[in-house]
Amino acid sequence: MTKPGRVKGEGMDAVIILLMVSGLLFFTGGTIGIIRLPDFYTRLHPAGKLDTAGHVLAMAAMALYTVQVFSGHNLLTAVKIMLIVVFVFFTSPTATHAIIDAGVRAGLQPWTRKKERP
Amino acid sequence: MDLFFFYASLYLGLIMLLSLYRAVAGPTVLDRLIGVNAIGSKTTVLLVVIGLLYQRVDMFVDIALAYAMLNFIAVLAASRFFQKRKGLYDETRTGER
Amino acid sequence: MFTSNRTSDRQDSFEPTPPGSKQGKVRLNAGFCLTFLVMFAMWLVFSGRFDAFHLILGVLSSLIVAFLSGDLLFPAALDRALPLVWLRFMGYIPWLLLQILKANLHVMYLVFHPRMRELIDPQIMEFDSQLSSDVARTTFANSITLTPGTITVNVTAIGKFSVHCIDAESGKPLPGEMESKIAQVFME
Repeated sequence: MTKPGRVKGEGMDAVIILLMVSGLLFFTGGTIGIIRLPDFYTRLHPAGKLDTAGHVLAMAAMALYTVQVFSGHNLLTAVKIMLIVVFVFFTSPTATHAIIDAGVRAGLQPWTRKKERP
Repeated sequence: MDLFFFYASLYLGLIMLLSLYRAVAGPTVLDRLIGVNAIGSKTTVLLVVIGLLYQRVDMFVDIALAYAMLNFIAVLAASRFFQKRKGLYDETRTGER
Repeated sequence: MFTSNRTSDRQDSFEPTPPGSKQGKVRLNAGFCLTFLVMFAMWLVFSGRFDAFHLILGVLSSLIVAFLSGDLLFPAALDRALPLVWLRFMGYIPWLLLQILKANLHVMYLVFHPRMRELIDPQIMEFDSQLSSDVARTTFANSITLTPGTITVNVTAIGKFSVHCIDAESGKPLPGEMESKIAQVFME
């Protein structure tokens, strides 16, 4: 499978690398968050949303990289990548809500700072 | 640029390994569910990066979409399933530090 | 674009039926057509082939999906002012994205802070919302969840929201500005 030569654009590459690195940074924040935070209610905060933000940025970088060689086929692929992002944007709050609802119904007590003091 | 995406995929794999810690060690079932969900959302990105590396994005993007849907449905089903069972509460009381 | 075309010609004849009633007329209302169009657009994007065989296959499967779940995607209560609501909803999204970015940076700061346990102060706060329709409440709840630092735990039938906040600062702007913006979008 060969590909037509990529149009060299230094500025575009810089934008792509910036987006991808910031996306990976958000992913790192989410992962460190679910390891460090004290209980599962607080862990949901980085898990549900820093991951979504990282997802959006990384996917945007790859969609940009795909449309660099401009053709109808590549444009369609980029649109598909952005549709994944839209899908994740709708489903991620729903999944978070489902998990936290399960926790509340099971009667898990949230970690609070008062509990830690005595 | 290919090299950059290669290192990005390596880094994503490393982050997924870190998330696996929560999925293995989490005190409650829901903690494990969070870990699995985090791994799944990173896998979606990783699949597209692999597509870029193999120059077949058009094929891998469909797989990534199917994986995103599957991940969502799995999390929903698992959380609904475990909220009906009462096993969650006991594990918290014994497992908490 | 297609939303405005499709609903404008039906607006005068269409009476919003209560959600429980399922007469034969319901099958062919605006919700059915809209669902069909959205599904077919999705098919075109995801198949990426434009020959006759695949197009016919797409029309058939979109018809089946629209027939089965036409009233799920676009509930009848929304139909009357649909184009306007969508337009204002588009205006709401950039503001939401900005809020998400700001709050994401805040949570990043918390997560990487070495003495994180002294900074966070998780609590479940409750407040009453003025929003009355289901769609507005769903949008509000999902917006709260998307804004980091806050997760909607529960919404009761009378509009009482329970929100889990990671620290006091993230919970402070609720319900406030976001609720009034959503009320503006859905005209309440």
